[in-house]
Amino acid sequence: MFSVKTGESMVSKTPLLDELKKGPWPGFVQEYEKMAAKKEIARRMLNQLELSYRDKRTYWKHGGAVTVKGYGGGVIGRYSAIPEVGPPAGCHTFRVAQPAAWFYKTDALRTVCDVWEKYGSGLMNLHGSTGDIILLGAPSEVLQQCFDELSSKGFDLGGSGSDIRSLSCCMGPALCEWACFDTLDVYHTLTMEFQDWIHRPAFPYKFKIKISGCPNDCVAALARADFAIIGTWKDEIQIDQEAVREYAKAGMDIKAITERCPTKCMSWDGKELKINNEDCTRCMYCINKMPKALRPGKERGATILLGGKATILQSAMLGWVIVPFMKIEKPYTELIDLIKRIVTWWDENARTRERVAELIYRVGMRVFLKAVGLPPVPQMVFRPRNNPYYFWSPEELEEVK
Amino acid sequence: MPIMIGPPHYEQMLHPAIKKNYGKWLYHEHVKPGVIKHVSQTGDEVYTVRAAIPKIISVDFVRMLCDIADKYSDGYVKFTSRHAVEFIITDKKKIDPLIEELESKGMPVGGTGKSYKPIVHTIGWNHCHTSVIDAPGLAKAISDALFEYFKRNDLPAKLKIAIACCLNMCGAIHCSDIAIVGMHRKPPVVDDEIVSKFCEIPTTVASCPTLAIKPKVLPDGKRSVEINPERCMYCGNCYTVCPGLNIINPKYDCLSLWVGGKVPNARSPPMYSRLVIPYLPNNPPRWPETVEAIKKIVKAWIENAREDERIGEWIERIGWEKFFKITGIPFTDKHIDDFIFSIRDFRTTTQFKF
Repeated sequence: MFSVKTGESMVSKTPLLDELKKGPWPGFVQEYEKMAAKKEIARRMLNQLELSYRDKRTYWKHGGAVTVKGYGGGVIGRYSAIPEVGPPAGCHTFRVAQPAAWFYKTDALRTVCDVWEKYGSGLMNLHGSTGDIILLGAPSEVLQQCFDELSSKGFDLGGSGSDIRSLSCCMGPALCEWACFDTLDVYHTLTMEFQDWIHRPAFPYKFKIKISGCPNDCVAALARADFAIIGTWKDEIQIDQEAVREYAKAGMDIKAITERCPTKCMSWDGKELKINNEDCTRCMYCINKMPKALRPGKERGATILLGGKATILQSAMLGWVIVPFMKIEKPYTELIDLIKRIVTWWDENARTRERVAELIYRVGMRVFLKAVGLPPVPQMVFRPRNNPYYFWSPEELEEVK
Repeated sequence: MPIMIGPPHYEQMLHPAIKKNYGKWLYHEHVKPGVIKHVSQTGDEVYTVRAAIPKIISVDFVRMLCDIADKYSDGYVKFTSRHAVEFIITDKKKIDPLIEELESKGMPVGGTGKSYKPIVHTIGWNHCHTSVIDAPGLAKAISDALFEYFKRNDLPAKLKIAIACCLNMCGAIHCSDIAIVGMHRKPPVVDDEIVSKFCEIPTTVASCPTLAIKPKVLPDGKRSVEINPERCMYCGNCYTVCPGLNIINPKYDCLSLWVGGKVPNARSPPMYSRLVIPYLPNNPPRWPETVEAIKKIVKAWIENAREDERIGEWIERIGWEKFFKITGIPFTDKHIDDFIFSIRDFRTTTQFKF
């Protein structure tokens, strides 16, 4: 499938990658060089990468099933297509579950570094797109030992393949005044609740759960999560009029902000900021502009959206509302039950590699809502349907008669 | 060995000042690029200092971050959803020395407020078998070119760029101000030997969204597939499920550029990025054509957008026809959707601009 000229088995220099050592932004080639000086596998990864830059193509092969005892996910199998130049005996990725919102004590990070330097390439990401700590490049023979040592020191693997992927959450109440619920605690509680589903890929495809504390959605839950939990509130935006006046005094154009409000539900007469909360759609714009003066309301919870995903297969989709408002309070029973009902329904009905959004697109919201026991509400759509092709169930016809 | 222990509990990882003020934060302020002040109901003030780090880092680099965190932020450190590092500072006097140390060690401080944020991207030729391009290298080249905007807080709005090395689009790049996606332009080449040995035929056939794949029986009775090249739109989904359908073709593979997406609900609802340039050459190590195209779009946005308008909000206000005119980017048949949700984007009104 791949061909590399024999005789050039070892690249001694990396002239193309050296070009990426120039410029003010921190570069990654220097990081390879640090590890290449100590680790054969890192040196070979660097050599292979230089060849990719020369030939404008990847030199990694399909991985196949690689994992550790008791798990199915968490390790991405990776083999070089040119083992005479690149890593010869597997060069796998560990996904290591991150602590909520990526907060660390340095001794915990040092622990990961020490284990990873002992067994792997010493190269990593903080963090991968899904949220995990990514450890890049472990030979096949050390996978189990590396995992054993990581787990004995308090770290576990994340998800990969057709399982519940590692969750992620914003910094929420740890550092942000806009958190409408405890994102870190929800992250940790759900992650522990779904351990079996995260480690054992037994589903039609991947399923992502992401948690943002307010509609600013700092972890992009709406765009990429099959199940997005996004903080919101039901009552009135809290206003500190004195602080608004201070912003005005400091030169902020409050009137311009009220004019940019998408629902035009605000007014400013130079002394008092008025908000018609009935018309507010809680977009966060005015709160973002005046964090000292405005805060989300007191009756807080989350909107649940379903179906966010990237392109594969039937186009990128944004999550849509399935529960306009849910209280998010310990022990999160309502939330956990809803996730279980949805995942189970999707698992039983989806085709191979069909995300939940595509399943619903195929069978309809009507079928989905009935199956998981959610009532249809106008907040689920921008506007009602404009075609007459709707279904009646036999039970409904009995009722009509 | 213990299994299924889950991630370390977050409470062990929180700086004492964060634990004390957990859920009690009142407001925050942008002090200067890279520095945010968080004020609590308890009267406490905590500063976060944000710096950019490479996507791929060594354990030595992480240890250096830890040393810095031990010195300035009491042994605690955090990372952002866009993969920057943040140090938690309780003593205001430590901010400037920290910034100086970070900058001297090659970690620029910035990326807060209305600035250019670190690129979210995939792993590319560094470690992926389906990558068309190398996102880490391209991200470095783009970030060098846009570097000045990382250290400012006066762009019209935030600027978020994302890169996906192929259509699998790991990471939500379809809602970015500017997105780059590695693309194929030729159907996969069927290797009957590998298909018959390693691939499940029904799964492979079903993986195609345009029904371009059908089963075939080889003269020796083994089973493989054939591809109708007229129907294939090069998504590569079949290659993901079957290694015998190699779609990687360096001669034709390319980059595509997408513009105008956003994630937050602030002001306008979240938006998808839209195709702007269907072909850019795959030109490592620094992809100059792509970098130039991005600089041109960012420049047009800065010159024309109103306050607080993300790129997509600016374009929606002026109209896409105007955007193509301002930037001089040619509009082609590739820009008009012909996949399954196409009609929703067609202009069903006589209202438009010339």
